[in-house]
Amino acid sequence: MKRNRTLLGLMALVLVLTMVAGCGSKNNNSNEGAKPTNSANTSETAKPEETAAPEISGEITVITQRTDIVDTVFKEYATEFNKEYPDVKVNFQGLSDYEGQITVRMNSNDYGDVLLIPTSIPLADTAQFFEPLGDLAEMSKQYIGLEERAVDGKAYGLPTAVNFSGILYNKKVFSDAGITTAPRTPDEFLAALKAIKDKGDAIPLYTNYADGWPLTQWEAVLTTAAGSVDYVNIDQVNSDDNFVPGKPHYDLYKIMYDAAKQGLIEPDPTTTNWDASKVDMANGKIGAMVLGSWAIGQVQALAANPDDIAYMPYPTNAKEIIMPLADDYTLGISVHSKNKEAARAWLDWFINKSGYPTEQAGGMSPVVGAELPATLKQFEGTDVKFELQTPAQAGQEGFVDKIDKDAEIGLWQPEFKKRIIEAGIGNLKDSYDDIMKDLNDAWVKSRAKVVK
Amino acid sequence: MVFKNLTYKTQRRIIIVAFSIIPVALLITFAYLPVFNMFKYSFTNWNGYSKTYDHVGLENYKTIFTDSKYFTVFKVALYYFGATFVQMGLALYFATILSFKTRFKNFFKGVLFFPFLMNGVAIGFIFLFFFRADGTLDTVLQFIGLGDFTQGWLLNPKIINISLSGASVWRYMGFNFIIFLGAISSIGKDIYEAADIDGANRWHQFVHIIIPSIQKILQLNLILAISGAISAFDIPYIMTNGSNGSNTFVIQTVTTAFKYNKLGMASAMAVVLLIIVVLVTVLQKALIKEDK
Repeated sequence: MKRNRTLLGLMALVLVLTMVAGCGSKNNNSNEGAKPTNSANTSETAKPEETAAPEISGEITVITQRTDIVDTVFKEYATEFNKEYPDVKVNFQGLSDYEGQITVRMNSNDYGDVLLIPTSIPLADTAQFFEPLGDLAEMSKQYIGLEERAVDGKAYGLPTAVNFSGILYNKKVFSDAGITTAPRTPDEFLAALKAIKDKGDAIPLYTNYADGWPLTQWEAVLTTAAGSVDYVNIDQVNSDDNFVPGKPHYDLYKIMYDAAKQGLIEPDPTTTNWDASKVDMANGKIGAMVLGSWAIGQVQALAANPDDIAYMPYPTNAKEIIMPLADDYTLGISVHSKNKEAARAWLDWFINKSGYPTEQAGGMSPVVGAELPATLKQFEGTDVKFELQTPAQAGQEGFVDKIDKDAEIGLWQPEFKKRIIEAGIGNLKDSYDDIMKDLNDAWVKSRAKVVK
Repeated sequence: MVFKNLTYKTQRRIIIVAFSIIPVALLITFAYLPVFNMFKYSFTNWNGYSKTYDHVGLENYKTIFTDSKYFTVFKVALYYFGATFVQMGLALYFATILSFKTRFKNFFKGVLFFPFLMNGVAIGFIFLFFFRADGTLDTVLQFIGLGDFTQGWLLNPKIINISLSGASVWRYMGFNFIIFLGAISSIGKDIYEAADIDGANRWHQFVHIIIPSIQKILQLNLILAISGAISAFDIPYIMTNGSNGSNTFVIQTVTTAFKYNKLGMASAMAVVLLIIVVLVTVLQKALIKEDK
């Protein structure tokens, strides 16, 4: 009996010791342990062939949000890439909730070599996490859209594509209702929606309220509502009157409110479904949706007659019609990367030669002089202009975002758009002007804090 | 051997320490340390990833209690609080019935417990289809001739919280039910027999035998259910994302932390929630003790 107890005690001790020992060596293991997990979803790896050509070598991890194609298209990219750089081994990791997961990982030093710069990282903090890619002035000769991630004259991110924003609509639904030319002003647009409603075959304007994120696409057309490329980053920051009548934000969301109020949106916004909405639009059950250019290809792919799916600028009373160009995610290199040269080689190859910007992201290539995509060619010869927004003035970089976050307005979040729709359909007692006043008050308060 | 020469008392101590060190270490690493950090962050304006942040003292707490935006969401918790009692009542009802002789007893036990085993996300989607216009609920109502009662179940801001707390009752009732069932079945058969001989009917048995015997379990379930009501999250988050007036305090916390990058503020909100739950529990314990 006594011996048993001794044995038991010993075994317990041994157990504890091994556990403690196990904990101690955890640090050493974790680095190695990470590699096998990575290679589970890694791509084809290049056999280090004996080619003398480029000296660049090493292993890099590329993190992407495109979980849909990480195991297919990206693998082909790696194979292509290895023809030029045979000594670089490229691993891929796909994150389904990219923004959420990557910001948590960025608290550590292990967040891959090449990754998309999360939009929630303030401009001022970019240098803490990312490697400068080069001189902004120098690189601007080669690429557009670098300003979005440029600090102190250095560029930190290359856009994976350049998108344009406006309204995706089903031409046939509009023409069946007697609308043959794309409406240009808010009044014309609402009249067109009304005509579609009276015809009764389709939901005129689909908001995708329940999914939430499609509502954030409206913010992207602010430049069109303003009719000026300076508004978003310059005029807005320097004005206390951001949401008052007559200002772009007021006009922009007035269309949303009026459409909701006049019953021109889906009958039950609370139970919408994004994937179903794409099919419905392709089949002519939905007239229009406010979405970025990336959605064109997705809906066209579902349509029996892809030519019915067309794109128009957001209706505006402004003198000039400007369809704003904006960066998709920008691609950057981690400051903690051990193979920065290899990472840079992949980055350049991916933007210039992979075909990703046009084929997969559905936008324009950020490379200067690249060909326009087919969807844009219809606007050649019209008075519709395609322009990038003017970047913020020196010293005011990232101010829009800072004010927005501090005020909890959520320009790029669905919250206040939902409130507008709820008010429009009569679920809230607030009027449109009440909502705009709340937003403007919050804006004024936080602007005073940020712009000193 | 060294161990053998130690006194029994020391041996006992060593073994106790040896066995408890692992769970205690895990508990500290994964429960207390994060909570400690949360308290720390609640006094800062950290945005969640920057390497630097400022200490702002009690600023975050002041904002929570002065800005109506943060505190009015507790109104929604009242719906879930009310639903708690429906949930407990139903669970107790089914547990009692199924503890007596019933046909297909085990089948019904399985059916009632099943929702609790299901993934919360799946349940969210099921109820999204259930409540949508011309969805399952409307179809059933029309089929049985109650078509006039169809509603925009999630559209109408007056009933959205009732719809959502209904889904929540469906999901969590099985858990309360199984605990009640366990407690009730531990009551000896002889007590029922004695009651039968004395001429007690089922209702008398329920009031005078079952309820007193499971009082402790009843309290426990109540505490769990109420703290669950205050921190209601998964069903409304998946189904409506807190829109249309269904925002709860936890959803508000998540929004603050991850949409507006105010992790310091969100930590303060979490601390407030923690304190409220502790207070409710203590209060409940104190009140029930007085009863005895």
